[in-house]
Amino acid sequence: MEQKKLAIIATKGTLDWAYPPFILASTAAALGYEVQVFSTFYGLQLLKKDVSGLKVSPLGNPGMPMKMPFGPQWFKDINWNIPNIIQANVPGYESLATVLMKQTIANNGVASIAELRELCQEAEVKFIACQMTVELFGFDHSDFIDGIEYAGAAAFFEFAGESDICMYI
Amino acid sequence: MADFDEELDASGLNCPLPILRAKKALTGMEAGKVLHIIATDPGSVKDFEAFAKQTGNELMESSEEGGKFHFLMKKT
Repeated sequence: MEQKKLAIIATKGTLDWAYPPFILASTAAALGYEVQVFSTFYGLQLLKKDVSGLKVSPLGNPGMPMKMPFGPQWFKDINWNIPNIIQANVPGYESLATVLMKQTIANNGVASIAELRELCQEAEVKFIACQMTVELFGFDHSDFIDGIEYAGAAAFFEFAGESDICMYI
Repeated sequence: MADFDEELDASGLNCPLPILRAKKALTGMEAGKVLHIIATDPGSVKDFEAFAKQTGNELMESSEEGGKFHFLMKKT
């Protein structure tokens, strides 16, 4: 049987949206897929050497529960309904939400982004950074992890055109 | 439970870590050997079925005991 192929375009650069591409890429690789992840625009953040600065923003995201990752169960169960106007105006609100999210992630035995990315690299998932957006945002190749490639849309289609599954995240 | 050769305790780990750890453990094993996986992630029941189906490894046993899920996976 020919090896199946998964092609992913990663376009988001927040902590929450960093998960789907890395989870799907690492899992597909474990299932025997050949995987390529093409990172463009904000998705380039996922290939930076240091991903510890990725943040999650609850602002304008009504689907995101705001629960505390510590304290007694009744306290953890409260969903804090913080109005947008406060989220937008309180300095450090996003950083606080990110700290709480990271604690929740750790509490639930969910891997960190750095760990998942390492597992992807071990499993030979190929990461490609969009050269156009690297230049557009004033990044340098030295900002990114080693072992990735730099290419454009045509290179993506060469692999995506032969892929069994292709997704845009 | 049938005999096994190696054991992987993935308790407390969430998707996709139990699958990734199991894959890694199986890679280092000889064909015919059996891996016993322990997990607490309820999603792992369907996931290990799907893993076996797609990788060709044989899921010999899948059971639950006291909130823990046990899997026996034979490497092919």
